[in-house]
Amino acid sequence: MSVQASPTLFMASASAAVAALSDVITFKRVARLGEDALRRPTGSEMWARAVHLCLRAAARGRRGFTSKADPQGSGRVTGELIQHLERLSLVDFGSQEAVARLEKAIAFADRLRAVNTDGVEPMESVLEDRCLYLRSDNVVEGNCAEELLQNSHRVVEEYFVAPPGNISWSKLDEKQPFPHH
Amino acid sequence: MAAPMLRWCCPGRRFAFARVGCGSCHRRGPPTGSTSNGKRGQSTVAQQPHITAQKPRKGEREWAAVVGLEIHAQIASNSKLFSGSQVHFAAPPNSLVSFFDASLPGTLPVLNRRCVEAAVMTGLALDCHINRKSLFDRKHYFYADLPAGYQITQQRLPIAVNGSLAYSVSVGRKPSQMVTRTVRVKQIQLEQDSGKSLHDDLRSQTLIDLNRAGIGLLEVVLEPDMSCGEEAATAVRELQLILQALGTSQANMAEGQLRVDANISVHRPGEPLGVRTEVKNLNSARFLARAIDYEIQRQINELENGGEILNETRSFDYKLGCTVPMRDKEGKQDYRFMPEPNLPPLLLYDSGSLPPGADPQQVIDIDRLRERLPELPRVTRERLVRQYGMLPEHSCALLNEVGLLEFFQSVIKETRAEPKKVTSWVLNTFLGFLKQQNLAVSESPVTPSALAELLDLLDRKAISSSAAKQVFEELWRNEGKTPAQIVAEKKLELLQDLEALEQLCRSTLEAHPHVVMDLKRGNPRAINKLIGLVRKATLGRADPTAIKEVLERQLSS
Repeated sequence: MSVQASPTLFMASASAAVAALSDVITFKRVARLGEDALRRPTGSEMWARAVHLCLRAAARGRRGFTSKADPQGSGRVTGELIQHLERLSLVDFGSQEAVARLEKAIAFADRLRAVNTDGVEPMESVLEDRCLYLRSDNVVEGNCAEELLQNSHRVVEEYFVAPPGNISWSKLDEKQPFPHH
Repeated sequence: MAAPMLRWCCPGRRFAFARVGCGSCHRRGPPTGSTSNGKRGQSTVAQQPHITAQKPRKGEREWAAVVGLEIHAQIASNSKLFSGSQVHFAAPPNSLVSFFDASLPGTLPVLNRRCVEAAVMTGLALDCHINRKSLFDRKHYFYADLPAGYQITQQRLPIAVNGSLAYSVSVGRKPSQMVTRTVRVKQIQLEQDSGKSLHDDLRSQTLIDLNRAGIGLLEVVLEPDMSCGEEAATAVRELQLILQALGTSQANMAEGQLRVDANISVHRPGEPLGVRTEVKNLNSARFLARAIDYEIQRQINELENGGEILNETRSFDYKLGCTVPMRDKEGKQDYRFMPEPNLPPLLLYDSGSLPPGADPQQVIDIDRLRERLPELPRVTRERLVRQYGMLPEHSCALLNEVGLLEFFQSVIKETRAEPKKVTSWVLNTFLGFLKQQNLAVSESPVTPSALAELLDLLDRKAISSSAAKQVFEELWRNEGKTPAQIVAEKKLELLQDLEALEQLCRSTLEAHPHVVMDLKRGNPRAINKLIGLVRKATLGRADPTAIKEVLERQLSS
C-alpha cells in the first residue's frame, strides 16, 4: 500500500525517533547573517537533519544536543531505523537509491549546525507572532456528501469504505527486510 | 457541598474470589492521616485508602488500587472545532462534512470561538489555572476514521491545568454519612473528534462516516487519585452535572457525548505503583464502576497467582462483563507529536491585559467569562439546603434527574405549601410515578401548576393527604381535569362541618363502649380503632388528626 510521502510527516516520524533517544530537536531562529546566511531549510532537508541526529545518537550512544557543528558522523542509516520509520509513516523506502538520497539530504541539512544558536530562543512555528483568528460559531459548510464520496474508490450507501480494522501491514511485512550495512 | 450521592454496594460480592471491598467507602470515621476540613466533612486529596480483604487468610496483606481517568466531552456548539460544518447527532452519513473535515488538500483549520469559551468556562468551573498562551499540536496515528492521519490536539501546553473536582461518597449505611473527596484535574485540552467506523466483518470492510470528524472535544485528565469504580463513577457523574450546568456539553453518555478511558493499577500500600493498564470503551454510566472494579480484581488475581500485568490497552466487553485486550493496540504507540504548523498560539486575556482597541470578536476575556459562569451544582445543592431546609441527599436527588430541579422550583413558586411538603411530594410521589413508567420529567402528564394547586388544597386542609394521593393518581391519567374538579367529582373534600364531626364521634364512642374501656385501661392503640371507625362513618372524608383531637377531647370530659 503506497501512501503519498509527506515531508512534514516524515520529519515528524524522524523527530519522534530522535525524541525516543532523548535528543531534543528545536528549530533555532536563523539570525540575520548577511548574504551568505543559510537559506531556510526545505522540508526534505529538515527531516534529513532529524534522521541524521538520530543516527548519530544511535552510533555514539546518548548525549546532549549541542549547537556547535560536530564532525561528520558515519552518515549511514541503519536498516533497523529504516524499518521503524517505514512503519510509522507508511513511506516506502524500497530501494538502495532512496536510502542514498536520504543520506545525502541528511549531510546537506547538517550545514545548519554551522549556525551558532547559543542563547537564542527556540521558535515554535513560523506563525508564532501572528494572531490566531477566531471564527464565530455558525454553520456555513457541509451538505456535500455526493461531492466528497466521488473521491473514494469504493462507496457503500454514502459511507466511505476502508479495509477492516487498522491499515493493513501485510504489504510491508511481506517485503524482504532491508539489508543492514 | 454534597455531590451525587453514592450508595455503596460492595463489588466483592460479584466475583468468585470475593476478596476485595473498597475500604475507603466502609470507613466510619475520618480516614487516618488526612487533614480535616473542620466545617463540613473531611476532604482527602490524593488519598490512597486501603482495600481490605473480605475474609483475610492468615498472613495476607492488603491491596490498594489506583484509578486515573481521561474523559472526553463533546462541546455543545453549532459548528465544529476547526470548520464550519454542523454538529448534530443523527444525520445522513457524511452530510455534515466539510472539505477540511474530509482532509482534502488545500484546506486549513480555523478555530471556533465558542469552543475556546467552552474550554475556559470548564477550566474556571474546575478551579484550573487558565494558560494565557496555549499551543496546538498534531498527534499522528493511522486509522480509517481519521482522514488526515493526525488529530489536532494540545499536548505541549493545554488551555487549562491544575484544577480539582470534588465529589461526595457515602460511608456507612446511613445516607447522611457522606464524605467529600477531591480528585486533581491534571489538564483540560481542546482536540478534534474522529469519525465513526462501522465494522462489517461479513464483507471484511469498514464503513466510515465522517459526520463526527472534527467536532470539538474537551479532554479532561483526572489524576490517579481515585481508588475504586464507585469513586470514579461518582466523579464522572459530578463532572457531567457541571458540564450540563455550564452548557458546555450535554455530556450524554448514551449519545456518545461523554467518553471515559480509565488507567488502572494495583499495588501494596507502601510499595511503588504497579504497572497500569488502560481500559477504553467505557461509554455507559452503568457499567463504568463495574468495568473498573473488574479490572482491579483481575489485576489482583493475576498478581496473587504469580503472574504479571502487561502495560496494555483493554476494552470492556459489556456482554461478558469483563475486560479484554485490544489487539489493535499492541505495543506502545508512537504518536510523533509535532507543533501544528497552521495555527499560531492561542492567546487569552483578562480585563487587565486586554489590548486596547481590539476587536471584541477576536479576543477572549477570561474575567468576563468568569462573571458569566452559571451556578455550579455544588453551589446549587448548598443553596437548596439553606433556602428550603432540605437534607443534602434530597438536594442531590433533585439535581440528579434532568428537569427535576426546574419542576420543583416552578411548584414552589406557585404554591403556598411548605417547602418541605413540596420536596417530599416531588421526590417521593412525583418521582416515584415517573420512575415506575420510565418517563422523563419533560414527559410528565402532571404540570407544576397542577401539583401546586393540589398542594394548596392540602395546605388549606380542604382534603386529607390520602385523598391528595388519590387526586394525584387521577391527575396522572391526564384527562385534563384540574385538582379542584377531581376533588368535587369524587367527593374527596374533608368534612368541614365540625358539629357533624362531633356528633359522629360521640355516637361512635357510645356504640363501642368496650373499646372506650380498653382505652381507659391504658391501651393507647385503642384510639386508632376509634379513629378508624369514625373515618368509616365519615366515608373517609374526615382528617384523622382532627378526629383524634375531637375524640380525645370528648373522652377526657
